[in-house]
Amino acid sequence: MPKIKLPTKSPHIDMTPMVDLFSLLLTFFMLTSVFTPQEPAPVDTPFSVSEKPKPDANIMTIVLSADNRVFFNVDNGPDTILHFRPKILEEMGKRYNIVFTPQELRKFEKFGSSFGVSIHDMKSFLATKEADERAKFEKGIPLDSVDNQFGYWVLYTRQVNPAVQALIKGDGNAEYPLVKKVLDVLQDYNVSRFSLITNLEDAKVELTEAKK
Amino acid sequence: MAEIIQEEKGKGGKKRPKKGNPHMDMTPMVDLMCLLLTFFMLVGAFNKPKVMEIVLPDKIKKDQKIDPPKIAESRTLNIILGPDDRVFWYGGKADATTQPPLFETNFSATGIREVLFDRNQALFNKIDQFKADVKTGKLDIKQDSLANAIKQLKKDDDTGPIVLIKFYKKSKYKNFVDIIDEMSIVGIARYILVDINWIEQGMVESKLGKPAAAAPLTQK
Repeated sequence: MPKIKLPTKSPHIDMTPMVDLFSLLLTFFMLTSVFTPQEPAPVDTPFSVSEKPKPDANIMTIVLSADNRVFFNVDNGPDTILHFRPKILEEMGKRYNIVFTPQELRKFEKFGSSFGVSIHDMKSFLATKEADERAKFEKGIPLDSVDNQFGYWVLYTRQVNPAVQALIKGDGNAEYPLVKKVLDVLQDYNVSRFSLITNLEDAKVELTEAKK
Repeated sequence: MAEIIQEEKGKGGKKRPKKGNPHMDMTPMVDLMCLLLTFFMLVGAFNKPKVMEIVLPDKIKKDQKIDPPKIAESRTLNIILGPDDRVFWYGGKADATTQPPLFETNFSATGIREVLFDRNQALFNKIDQFKADVKTGKLDIKQDSLANAIKQLKKDDDTGPIVLIKFYKKSKYKNFVDIIDEMSIVGIARYILVDINWIEQGMVESKLGKPAAAAPLTQK
């Protein structure tokens, strides 16, 4: 009797459903993740116990870097058709008698990270392509009483988008006098409610210690 | 000239096309997808920064004539943030003639938090009790009205300290966040940021071991 030859089973498992699921999840996570553009200055935010997440839209972010420069960023509104950013820049241009071309306004709209540029340098800032060249203009937004451009940014942002919330993102090593100046300007323009961007730090254990 | 070399047929039998394996090796693809998936999941989860809300009172405009609100001296707690993460505090009020002792502490759990907690125990316990009641089901309220109820508790509080936060010139933004964080940990109902005056500046400077600055002439 000839031996019955058992068919050798293929060592492959059917991975198709798994791959299907993976690609689905991958697509989902890729689409939902938002890439934050690189900031012009590194900012190490301090820690706090607050668990409130940062809102996604209707925010203006004031960035204070460790070397005491002030940067400003504003989002384009909850819907891209609102075009808040170019509108704000246009208002700023009117204030300082600078006319921005539609191309420059578009470029400013797409420019996602915060900027620390004086309005007088804004045109050449928008014209540059290289990040290194751009860094030359990032001297921080002037906010002293002689040339309070920062105040006007806040003012026009609030005029264009009244629902805007102020967020302050400061480096832990920024000096308080600068923070004080920024807070003063915000208060002058009637922004008395604002949020500080921090990293989450768990302090619950310490809290029970304090209870004793 | 190209020539198609045909394979030699063995023994004249019909050639059957070789059956290819219907399975593709998907392992590398799956590997890569796993990696990417993990990456995007983690980026999404940890990318979200947190915010801490603070509200400042409206500024009194120069032409407005509003008296500053009167506050009880016994409830006042002054915190002065110094350089190098140092914190100073004193109770009551300092003027040119009487200067209360200035204490130094730090940002650890046993530092300024204990000082604040000592004075805010009543309110803290009230809020804690309230939260515990909600957790155990004694009180049945919605999550969003819980925050409001706690706000109301804070508003009604009349025993806790009124904290005046002042900043010596060399303090850092980090300390500013730290101290406001302490306020929310301990549940202080009333705190405000105030400018430091020259008396307090002198007090801090003498504590720091610097010669006290001469009082401005106008203050005599």
